[in-house]
Amino acid sequence: MIQTFFNFDIIVASWPIVMAGLLNTVLLSLIVVPLGLFGGLLLALLASIRHPLVRWPLMAWVDFFRAFPPLVLLILLFAGLPFAGLDLGGFACVAIAFFLNTGAYYGEIFRAGIESIPTGQVEAARSTGLNRLQALGYIVLPQAVRNVMPDLLSNTLEVVKLTSLGSVVAVPELLYQARQAQSLTYNPTPIVVAAIIYFLMLWPLVRLLSRLENRALAGRR
Amino acid sequence: MSTWDRFVDTFFNGKVMAKYLPDILSGMVVTIELAVLIVITGLGAGLALALIRSLAIRPLNWLIIFIVDLFRALPPLVIIVLIYFGLPYADLSFSGFVSTWLSLALVLMAFSEEIFWAGITSVHKGQWEASRSTGLSFGQTLMNVVLPQALRLTIPPLTNRTIAITKGTALGTVVAVTEILGEASSAMSNSYNPSPLMMGAAAYLVLFLPVVVLARRLERKFAWKR
Repeated sequence: MIQTFFNFDIIVASWPIVMAGLLNTVLLSLIVVPLGLFGGLLLALLASIRHPLVRWPLMAWVDFFRAFPPLVLLILLFAGLPFAGLDLGGFACVAIAFFLNTGAYYGEIFRAGIESIPTGQVEAARSTGLNRLQALGYIVLPQAVRNVMPDLLSNTLEVVKLTSLGSVVAVPELLYQARQAQSLTYNPTPIVVAAIIYFLMLWPLVRLLSRLENRALAGRR
Repeated sequence: MSTWDRFVDTFFNGKVMAKYLPDILSGMVVTIELAVLIVITGLGAGLALALIRSLAIRPLNWLIIFIVDLFRALPPLVIIVLIYFGLPYADLSFSGFVSTWLSLALVLMAFSEEIFWAGITSVHKGQWEASRSTGLSFGQTLMNVVLPQALRLTIPPLTNRTIAITKGTALGTVVAVTEILGEASSAMSNSYNPSPLMMGAAAYLVLFLPVVVLARRLERKFAWKR
């Protein structure tokens, strides 16, 4: 059993391939998380304009991406767009899909955070002479972000896990590299190693989150 | 042919759509089957684990916490690949359908256990003590006093999670499940036209958009009072 699933020779042989994948997963995460945060912030700022002509399309946008599986979005960009003469390549497709999908999720979180700040604070800030943007940037956002920190972290965990979808469009991240190594060696060890790497990488975040969430839900009563 | 006509002819080709509509519909059936199985088994297992955890048997709780952490940290696609491509080496072969079902049910189990558990612990200790002192057994207290309050509290986070994980059925295409995305992709390569993919995308919206809207309502109804 250990010979099959945790073969030492194969671990050694596939190490460079798997490590290259890990590096790409980290890089990919470092790109798509800020991209999603940026998209989300953009949506949340738009949502703070309380005009029905802004609010309804925005809600539809968010609901659309909550209903749409990220993999379908990715395939649509990767396999569909070339028919319109637009061949972006796997990496750019992942970046765009994540910007749209995770942006919608981050947007909902930021919006909830901004709405948790009483309007009196904005009024007070404005009356001291800050303009709208300053009130938002200095008064509202810092508190809003702190209020929804657990949700932001939890979504970030999901985004990092989601980078594994890149393997479907041949982005050489951790899962893709592990699958390559598996088919080269006819042995599942590289996938097991990749799973262990994912687990070790994300476990601390999961632990932290489970504490934060327990505290948040228990404190509501 | 104008650009618009060419666009419509490429992405919304009537002939191709008519030809592959039955495939997409059968894909929808598979997606629904998968989704229902995942929701029932995943939430059921999650609730069961949370109830076992409330018995407070130390070593058992450590095991539960570890399992929950494991399936929260691993990407669902990695679990699917591990079960589908890895287990056959141990002479244990599951079909793509079963692999996807098992994987996503385990993930939903982990997330929902966490949420159910948080709900149970949020019920004040005094309520436990009061119920027990009126003569209710541990089980009766749990079922009649604690759970009704706890479950109500878990609805907003739970609906969100459940939708996000159920959408993951699309991952089944990677292991050759003939759900919507799988049917759409193979129809696209057969016809060399992206119209089936557009139909597949529409099919997902038809299935999941009502659920998302319903969830929004539920969340508002059961929202935590601040």
